Amino acid sequence: MHMSDGIVNAQTSVLFGAIALIALVFCGWKARTELDERTVPLAGLVAAFIFAVQMVNFPILPGVSGHLLGGALAAILVGPYTGALCIAIVLVVQSLLFADGGVTALGANIVNMAIIGVGAGYGLAVAMYSVARYSVARYSAAGRGAGGPPVRIIGLIAFFAGLIGTVCAAMGFVLEYAIGGAAQASIGTVAGYMFVTHVLIGVGEGVITAVTVMAVARARPDLVYLLRHDRARAPV
Amino acid sequence: MTRRWSFWVAFAAAILLTAGVVSYFASSSPDGLDSTTLRGCEVVETAAGEQLTGDCIAQEAGEHHLADSPLAGYELGGREGTGGLAGVIGVLVTVLVAGGGFWLIARTRGRASEDTTAAESGSR
Repeated sequence: MHMSDGIVNAQTSVLFGAIALIALVFCGWKARTELDERTVPLAGLVAAFIFAVQMVNFPILPGVSGHLLGGALAAILVGPYTGALCIAIVLVVQSLLFADGGVTALGANIVNMAIIGVGAGYGLAVAMYSVARYSVARYSAAGRGAGGPPVRIIGLIAFFAGLIGTVCAAMGFVLEYAIGGAAQASIGTVAGYMFVTHVLIGVGEGVITAVTVMAVARARPDLVYLLRHDRARAPV
Repeated sequence: MTRRWSFWVAFAAAILLTAGVVSYFASSSPDGLDSTTLRGCEVVETAAGEQLTGDCIAQEAGEHHLADSPLAGYELGGREGTGGLAGVIGVLVTVLVAGGGFWLIARTRGRASEDTTAAESGSR
């Protein structure tokens, strides 16, 4: 979902470049609370993992493909601020090294995938996880459920976080097109086509997010940022 | 201990395998955004490369400023079949930039707590 230079006009590119810069500085400041010597290696590998998986486009319709954006995935594993920085780093490497995604469009692409994708995906994940934790604590016998919701529930949360993060990121592009896009296509047409394709891409994103989060949650639950309160409560 | 190492080794292996091998099986169709901006146009192969005919958003797109860079289009110097190697290079660059950047961010916090510790031990 990397837009090229020229799809939106220069003013819009500058505007979203400024928004992206401010947001990333804020994330860098807030990420200090998420990063320590234990989480730095995981955050580095999560960024590399997202770069690698973004190379693998999967077909969604005849002649149309999609790829992982990774916002919800990164945020669930390493935290929202570090997660947003992971996606932004991937986008910068792709644009500057591989000519994938425009240079002046970098700000808009970062806002869509790193800020909106992470914000929407992680926001939903936290909301669903709170409900799941409450349910587990409420309905299970005393002592049971102290480790938090079961891994398959975490997988379900990851699926919907990935799906919604992707659809919201796509709507970010619609917003940018509405503000400063060339007028070849009406906003309604662009919005409709972006929505339908990104619901389908979002299903793929959800599956990849769920499979990855479940794999890490089974092998090293102590490393999953979303589960940090469970691991504090769970007997070691 | 073995289990702890096995997680990192498996994660690193999955990343390299995805970028180096699985990427060859990727769909080459335009993604959701590109197919949206290409609606109304047809891509025609010409001697000068791909040209767009018709009326679509993608016609506004300029050529990438770094289209001549050695790794442009996930190929080494434009050579076909080098996508896996380009992907592995991208993985290494990403892990260095991200790991280095995150290490620096973590260090600003670490230094703050080290200063406190140093001050405490100094006063003893």
